[in-house]
Amino acid sequence: MPNMKTAVPFKGTKAQEKALRKVIAEYKGQQGATMPIMQAAQEIYGYLPEEVQIIIAEELDLPLSEIYGIASFYAQFTLNPKGKYRISVCLGTACYVKGSGTILEAIEKQLNIKAGGITPDGKFSLDTCRCVGACGLAPVMMINDDVYGRLTPDMIPGIIAKYK
Amino acid sequence: MKGELVLKSLEELKVIREQMHKQNNLIDSNKIRILVGMATCGIAAGATPVMQKFLDETKARGLKDVEVIQTGCSGVCRLEPIAEVYIPGKEKVTYVKLNADMVSKIIDEHIVNNNIVKEYTIGATDNSNVTSLNDTEFYKHQERLVLRNCGIINPESIDEYIGVGGAAAPATVLTTMSPEDVIKTILDAGLRGRGGAGFPTGKKWQFAHDAVSPDGVKYICCNADEGDPGAFMDRSVLEGDPHSVIEAMAIGGYAIGAHQGYIYVRAEYPTAVKRLNIAIKQAKEYGLLGKDIYGTGFDFDLELRLGAGAFVCGEETALMHSIEGYRGEPKNRPPFPANKGLFDRPTVLNNVETYANITWIINNGVKAYKKIGTKKSPGTKVFALGGKINNTGLVEVPMGTPLRTVIEDIGGFVPNGKKFKAAQTGGPSGGCIPYDLIDTPLDFDSVGKVGSMIGSGGLIVMDEDNCMVDIAKFFLDFIIDESCGKCTPCRIGTMRMYELLDKITKGKGTLEDIDKLEELCKHIQSNALCGLGQSAPNPVLSTLMHFRSEYISHVVDRKCPAGVCKDLIQYVIDPAKCKGCTLCAKNCPANAITGELKNPHVIDQTKCIKCGTCMNYCKFNAIDKR
Repeated sequence: MPNMKTAVPFKGTKAQEKALRKVIAEYKGQQGATMPIMQAAQEIYGYLPEEVQIIIAEELDLPLSEIYGIASFYAQFTLNPKGKYRISVCLGTACYVKGSGTILEAIEKQLNIKAGGITPDGKFSLDTCRCVGACGLAPVMMINDDVYGRLTPDMIPGIIAKYK
Repeated sequence: MKGELVLKSLEELKVIREQMHKQNNLIDSNKIRILVGMATCGIAAGATPVMQKFLDETKARGLKDVEVIQTGCSGVCRLEPIAEVYIPGKEKVTYVKLNADMVSKIIDEHIVNNNIVKEYTIGATDNSNVTSLNDTEFYKHQERLVLRNCGIINPESIDEYIGVGGAAAPATVLTTMSPEDVIKTILDAGLRGRGGAGFPTGKKWQFAHDAVSPDGVKYICCNADEGDPGAFMDRSVLEGDPHSVIEAMAIGGYAIGAHQGYIYVRAEYPTAVKRLNIAIKQAKEYGLLGKDIYGTGFDFDLELRLGAGAFVCGEETALMHSIEGYRGEPKNRPPFPANKGLFDRPTVLNNVETYANITWIINNGVKAYKKIGTKKSPGTKVFALGGKINNTGLVEVPMGTPLRTVIEDIGGFVPNGKKFKAAQTGGPSGGCIPYDLIDTPLDFDSVGKVGSMIGSGGLIVMDEDNCMVDIAKFFLDFIIDESCGKCTPCRIGTMRMYELLDKITKGKGTLEDIDKLEELCKHIQSNALCGLGQSAPNPVLSTLMHFRSEYISHVVDRKCPAGVCKDLIQYVIDPAKCKGCTLCAKNCPANAITGELKNPHVIDQTKCIKCGTCMNYCKFNAIDKR
């Protein structure tokens, strides 16, 4: 699992912390506030390091273990920072039968990282996902919010080059 | 009009509807409408610049009687980006595979001079002379009830929704029906839950209606956490017709006595989330949500909750845990959610497609609804057609339509002359239907009988190049990833199943392993806590039922007939075809290929990592996969 405690030093800013505390104040006291707060926190920091989890736990008066339990349960939450360009290869059924496995291999080869990893310069991170709902264009991958469809392995170097 | 108007009575609704009808009636309107498909698939294929170009060009030329409108998905994903032109009094024209450069010509010739640009129309893709999507084989066999407004209206405009008959169903319900009447109507219609299990929706509502809440609070929820890989019908409804879901939830709330609803939607669907937020805001402005709806004293409010990527949250108790802010783990039943659900109050949870049926039933009546589909499964079902099929896309057919119609007539069969092997339905909880059962009617009971399930509606076609053992392993890989870990049969059992399948695909399995696999399947089916675990063995059981010979090939002959399982295939150079160009040897990452220039090369099987690179580089088709 890529969701282990991160070794990357925490570089959160005062402004980020202020934004987080503001969100918490907005939701505090509402039923089921934990998830929306954690989603907002990930939006602010890009990931959920221990330092951020501690703030949420203290503010909501919940054990840190519970916050960590939620953070590690859901695929959307990440305990590691992501690259500037987040590549996500769809391994949903429609994409898989159309060969998304070979697309993933081509990217791994191109960037020399495995799924779940990040390039040393922090530029690209690679993940797999389960269906972005664009099955008609299979196989599909996303780089940040751009969707690329009808892929073949030989298209990969050209697409990656656009972001370098 | 926005902001000032709150619908307080049926009369007011009628006034708006007539106004809107004049503006929006697609046939009677005096305006030319250009609708650009702007659902996720359209946007991914490049619809945004096309839409912008239409807007810019019509503005630059001062075309006043032309409206450019964004709309939802028309279901023809493979031909996106799509724009449809409605000229008053004429059949619409469907332009496909557009890019911004093609727009000017359409405006010049079609909009200004009334000459259809034939080479850009849908008929040009198959030389059929058809210019309207409605006349294609793909559409002819469909009956669009759930998707009635997708691709027709602007999903970000409540006025357009009212113009096509929206807002009428809650008005009818709140002013002329008792909650009991509503439940009876849904029961009589025989609507069954479209999320997968096919449980009668009316019964669910009845239970929650009868349940007593300690403080009178009840909830109604919508499952829009479409986690089933390969299914995207809910996304299309939310992106193309969000108001139909919101309305149906208000109706459901009235029927069971709930005043608060939650829509639990996947965070992976940003466009759906955006349009839902807009729709909820508009419904509040119009008084269709909030206090005293239609002046009847009924209050109903709605909130969105975003999922965070957990397949198990499609299970109802897990979904409710997630809304409460915990890990999405299911719990034992009873008590059922209808008695003790969200925040321990009586709760109804239905799926998006189910809700999209509700307003149709209220507006058109039970009798009309029961005319569609089969006796035990009335209505339609939306399928997301994908995989090895020519016409990928979203199709809606009456329940009971033979699988053959969907695959052959609508789907246009398997591309590249390959052989059809199986249709996979029901995602990780379903199974595979082989060619000799292709006449199976698509309804809850018939599909169940052949060892699969309708599920949420993913329908993935596989051809001779797909290995069924590999597919079973693929689904198990998904399940072990998504198992929440609460119960042992699912947490450990599925892992053991995966290991057995892995062994088989690596050519190390035995016949005994297949028996063990079957035994394990039965244990997990009967002992897992929730639907995810109980149905996890289905892909294995159904492939064993219909494709046992493929499993046998893997363990007895040590061969993968489809040539997928890497450990069981060999790449071999045919010396008669090899020209000795050295391209394969140069590109082999394992340096496994040797040979002299202009002489046949050889692959060293002990070094070969079976990546297939050589085959991709060979220009003489000299490399075989065996």
